[in-house]
Amino acid sequence: MTSRTVLRALLEPLLAGMLALLVLAVLLGASGYPVGEALTALWQGAFGSWSVIASGTLVRATPLLFAGLAVAVAFRAGILNIGAEGQLLIGAAAATAMAVNLPPGLGAAGLLLALGAGVLCGGAWAAIAAVLRLRFGVLEVISTIMLNVIALNITGLLVRGPLQEPTRTFPQSALIDQALRLPRVIPGTRLHAGVVLAVVTALVIGWFLRATAPGFRLRMTGANPHAAASTGRIDVARVTLLAFISSGAIAGLGGAVEVTGVTYALYENLSPGYGYTAIAVALLARLNPARAIGSAVIFGALEAGASAMQREAQVPAGMVGVVEACVILVLVASEWIGARAAAGGRLIRGGTPRSGPTSAPAT
Amino acid sequence: MSAQTATDFLDASIRSATPLLLAALGETVAERSGVINVGLEGAIIAGCLAGLVGAAEFGPMAGLAIAGAAGLGIAIIFAVVAIALAADQIITGTAITMLGLGLTSTLYRVLYGDGGAALQTPTLSPIGIPLLRDIPLIGSALFDQPVPTYLAALLVPAVWWGMYRTQFGLALRATGENPAAARASGISPKNMQSFGILFGGLCGGLAGGTLVLAQVGTFAEGMSAGRGFVAIAIVALGRWHPVGAALAALIFGMASALQFLFQALDLKLPYQLFLALPYALTLAALALASGRYRAPKSLGVRLNVAD
Repeated sequence: MTSRTVLRALLEPLLAGMLALLVLAVLLGASGYPVGEALTALWQGAFGSWSVIASGTLVRATPLLFAGLAVAVAFRAGILNIGAEGQLLIGAAAATAMAVNLPPGLGAAGLLLALGAGVLCGGAWAAIAAVLRLRFGVLEVISTIMLNVIALNITGLLVRGPLQEPTRTFPQSALIDQALRLPRVIPGTRLHAGVVLAVVTALVIGWFLRATAPGFRLRMTGANPHAAASTGRIDVARVTLLAFISSGAIAGLGGAVEVTGVTYALYENLSPGYGYTAIAVALLARLNPARAIGSAVIFGALEAGASAMQREAQVPAGMVGVVEACVILVLVASEWIGARAAAGGRLIRGGTPRSGPTSAPAT
Repeated sequence: MSAQTATDFLDASIRSATPLLLAALGETVAERSGVINVGLEGAIIAGCLAGLVGAAEFGPMAGLAIAGAAGLGIAIIFAVVAIALAADQIITGTAITMLGLGLTSTLYRVLYGDGGAALQTPTLSPIGIPLLRDIPLIGSALFDQPVPTYLAALLVPAVWWGMYRTQFGLALRATGENPAAARASGISPKNMQSFGILFGGLCGGLAGGTLVLAQVGTFAEGMSAGRGFVAIAIVALGRWHPVGAALAALIFGMASALQFLFQALDLKLPYQLFLALPYALTLAALALASGRYRAPKSLGVRLNVAD
């Protein structure tokens, strides 16, 4: 990295954060909320104290980082996976199903089994969309969004049916056993080991994409599938399938970490749209996994702050969705204005035609 | 199944199909110009809230018009970012949907308070067509419906005529196939695609208005419930043709109406199954229809600066 790219990597999230605050201030003012009071509540809720940073911002940033990495891997491979939300939910459901059905006394091995179930099922859920695209030419944007809705209903069905807690009163699963929960990394806060796992995952994926042959093939496929296929060394369909499944597996891990680290049970509304915010996380990071750490913290802070803002200034949390949408729009529009991606696939750089939804990529 | 159950089922099918058809017709035009608008969901939910507010102020017919205008407004944002600034259509569309959902939920709370008090609005009453509405079985489903259903039915031939029988429609379809060639023959691809997007937004807004003013009678956060995405799937199933879209929308209307049928038949099944069913069917139908249709060649491809 040159010093200029480092500078840009630091400056861009900062500018985006300021932009988000500006949009929020305008929205607050326009809808008649006390701007100063609300923004103070936001800041206090996100960065007010060390314990708020650990229990609020970083805990919120963890699923956003996992889901953001899932989106980044898919987008780098030229796959428009809008399905991180569903893959995360299925991962959470699978981890919960594993955790509450394991025989007691497994300890750390049991936790690994639960996380593994989340990874596998998240990947399998993405595989449906991958097969639909490769085998039947179904545009993955449509299929992943449909699968999100189906995943949400499956979760709803599970917490009222097979996975419902023993008293059969509340729409949630039984609590996950103490021994199967992720340990806390800072005592006295809610910050769990999942945050470490997320950062390690980000660094490993960054290394994988940058320095390994399969990572290179993935990037090639994303940058220009026709050129990649014509080298004769890259099986574009295979790379697409594996990248899609890996993307789902990462999101699934995020869901598994959420239930074993934060909620300790499966709920229907487990995710307040992590999978969609993840798109903003990935784009702000220019699809760079290491930089996704920073952008996940920014959006984690925004969401933690928004909860505080809702509590203390009665500002509807839906406003954060508007802010996130504006950030995405400005980021994609700014490409045109000239801020070229230092790293990133054709989605960010543009120019290369994408094959139509019905034509499967050349194999 | 009694005759009354069958009539109710058909009626519910048409009612569920109407907003889907309106949105899908608009999206058909947009996609034939080469633009895939994933922000359609945002236009629909904007139409929902605008329809409610408009109807409360000026009555249901004006509410419907205001709903269309709201969808148009959302589409203008999409057109500016995706066409004028040439950003990626899918990412822009996803952000537009987030924008629509967030903005409506915020505005609703700002306008009607934190409890989101269920504000009821006067709905459009069905207009019966004499004689025809008395046809057994299908009469009331086809000829005793509120205005938007007739509007959707009339839009099918209108869109067909516009796309296949006018110079403008030819230019629009040419843009969707090959913008560079279209430009060489003196067509402005940007104008064609902007028109497609705006028409799509207008129809999406009307679909949202229909949902509130002809069906539910109130607003709920996220009440568009993925209809924009189902409409995009319907466009593909209908092979990018208005008549195909009408048939596909009808099939989905029937899939959604199945829950009423099952209730009538007293089958005890979890409601999540019915909520998920249209989406699972969409996926299956898209997979089965593969290879038998072709998308516009340049669908989803960004225009070059020169275009």
